[in-house]
Amino acid sequence: MEFIDQLVAMMPMVLFYSAPLIFTAIGGVFSERSGVVNIGLEGLMVIGAFSGIVFNIFFADTLGAATPWLSLVAGAIAAGIFSIMHAVAAVSFRANQVVSGVAINMMAVGLGVFLTREIFGRGQTDSITQPFYTETIPFLSEIPIIGDMFFNGVYITSYIAIGVAVLAWFVLYKTTFGLRLRAVGEHPMAADTNGINVTKMRYIAVILSGLLAGLGGATYALTISLSFAGSTISGQGFMSLAAVIFGKWHPLGALGAAVFFGFAQALSVVGNNFDFLSEVPSVYLVILPYVLTVLALAGFIGRAEAPKANGEPYIKGSR
Amino acid sequence: MKNKLMLMLAMLLAAVLVLGACGSSDDDTSGDDNNDQGSEEPAEDEGTEDEGTDEETGSDFSVAMVTDEGGVDDRSFNQSAWEGIQAFGEENGLERGTGFDYAQSENAADFLPNFNSLVNQGYNLIFGVGYQLKNAVTEVAMQNPETHFSIIDDVVEADNVASVTFAEEEGSFLAGVAAALKTETNNVGFVGGVTSPLIKRFESGFVAGVKSVNPEIEVQIQYAESFSDEGMGRSIANNMYSSGADVIYHASGAVGLGVFTEARNRVENDPDSNVWVIGVDRDQYEQGQQGDRNVTLTSMVKRVDVAVQEVATRAMNGDFPGGEHLVLGIEDGAISIADTNEEAYTQEIADAVAEWQEKLVNGDVDAPGTDEALEEFLDNL
Repeated sequence: MEFIDQLVAMMPMVLFYSAPLIFTAIGGVFSERSGVVNIGLEGLMVIGAFSGIVFNIFFADTLGAATPWLSLVAGAIAAGIFSIMHAVAAVSFRANQVVSGVAINMMAVGLGVFLTREIFGRGQTDSITQPFYTETIPFLSEIPIIGDMFFNGVYITSYIAIGVAVLAWFVLYKTTFGLRLRAVGEHPMAADTNGINVTKMRYIAVILSGLLAGLGGATYALTISLSFAGSTISGQGFMSLAAVIFGKWHPLGALGAAVFFGFAQALSVVGNNFDFLSEVPSVYLVILPYVLTVLALAGFIGRAEAPKANGEPYIKGSR
Repeated sequence: MKNKLMLMLAMLLAAVLVLGACGSSDDDTSGDDNNDQGSEEPAEDEGTEDEGTDEETGSDFSVAMVTDEGGVDDRSFNQSAWEGIQAFGEENGLERGTGFDYAQSENAADFLPNFNSLVNQGYNLIFGVGYQLKNAVTEVAMQNPETHFSIIDDVVEADNVASVTFAEEEGSFLAGVAAALKTETNNVGFVGGVTSPLIKRFESGFVAGVKSVNPEIEVQIQYAESFSDEGMGRSIANNMYSSGADVIYHASGAVGLGVFTEARNRVENDPDSNVWVIGVDRDQYEQGQQGDRNVTLTSMVKRVDVAVQEVATRAMNGDFPGGEHLVLGIEDGAISIADTNEEAYTQEIADAVAEWQEKLVNGDVDAPGTDEALEEFLDNL
C-alpha cells in the first residue's frame, strides 16, 4: 500500500486509542495546575471504567441507545465522588499528595475487583450489549484523504475529547476561574491574600480531574474493552500523567502528547506495512512508543516547568 | 498532625466500608472467606508437614490447588482447574475444606506461603495452576518430598511433581482448519500475546492447519507483546481486517477482547461484513455476541479441569505420575474445538475438523509446535 494510504488507515486507530488518554490528561492538568499532584488518575480511570460498565450492563435494557452516553456520565460521576477522597486527604489534611494518590490507585483496583466479584460472582464482568460504535460522518467523510483520516470509522468520543481539551484551554487561560485556579497552583499565599479561597479552588480542581479521569476510564471501557476486569485499565492512567508532563501542564500540550502516544502505538501495529519499516523486527516497533516518549521528554520539549506550588499543601499564614 | 493523620485514615476506611456496602451481597461467590487462609498463615511452622501425607488411597485422599494472580473466578485457567477439583471432590465424596480446597494468590509473593499452608493442612496432592508458579512448586517440592505436587502449563523436574502441559498445537491446528474453510478472502490472521514458546505452539499449529487445507491462504501474524492491552489487540485486529483478513485467531488473553471489539464494531456498522474471531482457552462464544449475530466462529478449548481430574484420579489410585511430563491433547479430551456457534460453524467445517482431528489422533499428521517444525511441515506439504 501507498504511504499515504497507510497514514489514512492509521488515523482512526490513533484517535480511538488516544481519546481516553486525552480526557484523563486534561483532568490531570486541572488538578496539577491548582497545585495538587494527582498520581491517582489510574485509579480514577479504574472507577470510571468499572462504573461505566456496570451501569451499562444493568440499564442497557431500559435505556436502549442512550445507554453508552449515560454510562459515560455514570463513570465520570463515580470517579468524581471517588476523587473527593484525594481532595480531602491532600487539601484539607495536607497529606503527602503522592501517597494519597497511590492509595487511590490501590483502593480503586481492589474495590473494582471486589465489587465485580460481589455483583457478578467472578473476576470479570459480562461483555456489554450497548457499547459505542465507530461512525462515519456524512459529507465530511467524502473529502478526499482528510475525510478518510478523520471522519470515517471514528468514535464520537474522540471528537468530544478534543473538544474538551480546547474547552479546558479556554477555561484555564481565558476565564477568571482559570486564572484563579492557576494562581492557586503557582502562589497560593498570594492568591489567598487576594481573597481567593485556596481550599475551595483546589477541591474543585481535584473533583474536575476525577470527573475527567472517570470519563477517560469509561471511554476506554465502552469503546475498547467492553467489559471490566482488574486488568482493564493497565497503565493508561500513568500514560496520561506522562502526557500532562510531556504537554507542559498545558491542555493543548497534553492533547498533543496523548495523540502522540496514540500515534506511536498505531505505528507499532501498522509499522510493518510501510515499505521502509518492513525489515525492522516487530519488537522494535512495539517498544517504539516508550522510546519515543523518553526521547521526546529528554530532548525535544526542553525543560518541563511544573506549577510552582505543585505538590505543596497550602497552610494558611505560613511563610 | 498525628490526629489529622488518624482522622484521614479513619475517613478512608469509612469510605471503603460505605462503598463496599453498595455492592449487592449475594453470597454466591463460592467461598471468598477461605481465600485469605493461605496468605495469612506464616510459612514458618513446618513442623506438622508430615501429618496426613502418608495415606494416599481411599477417601482419606485430599487435593488442593494454588491459583496464580488471575484468581479462582477468572473464567479461564484457574476457574477451570477449580471446577476440575470440585468435580473430583464430588465424585469421590470429599468435603470442601478437608478433602479439597484452593488457595488464592493475589500476587507472586503469595505463592510460597499458599503452598506451605496447604502442605501443613495435610493435602496429599497440590496443584500449581499456571507457569508462573514454576519456581514456587520447585521449591516446595524439594522441601516436602512426601507430598505430591503437580504443575500445569510448565515442567518441573522432581520425583514428586507431575508436570502437565497441553498439546495446544493440535487444537490450534484444528482452529486453523476451521479458519481456512471459513475464509472467503484467503487471508486469515493470528494475534499472539507475548512472544514465548507457549504462544509459538499456538501460532505454528494454527499456520500448519490453515496451510494444510489450502497452502495459498495468507496468514498475517502479529504479537501484541502483552496479555492485557486491549487497545493493542483492537488496533492489530483493525489492521488485519483492513488488509483483507476475515478470520482472526487470538492467543493473547485480554488482548483478545480488543479483537472481539473490533469484529463486533465492524458487524454493527455493516451487518454483511464477513469477519470472524476464533477464541482461545475456553469457549468465547458469549464474547462475540453482537445483536443477532455472533462473530465467534469457534474456540480452541483447553480443558484444564480434565487434566486436573486425570492427575488427581491417578494419584488417588496410587499411580501418581511423579517425575513425568504429561502432554494432554485431543485424544485425552483435554483439547477441543467449540461448536457453539452453529450458524457460522457449519456442518461442512465440523466434518472437516473431525477428519483432521482423526489424522492428528492417529498420528498421520503431526502438528508442529515450533518455528522450525513448522518450516519442515510446510516444506513437506
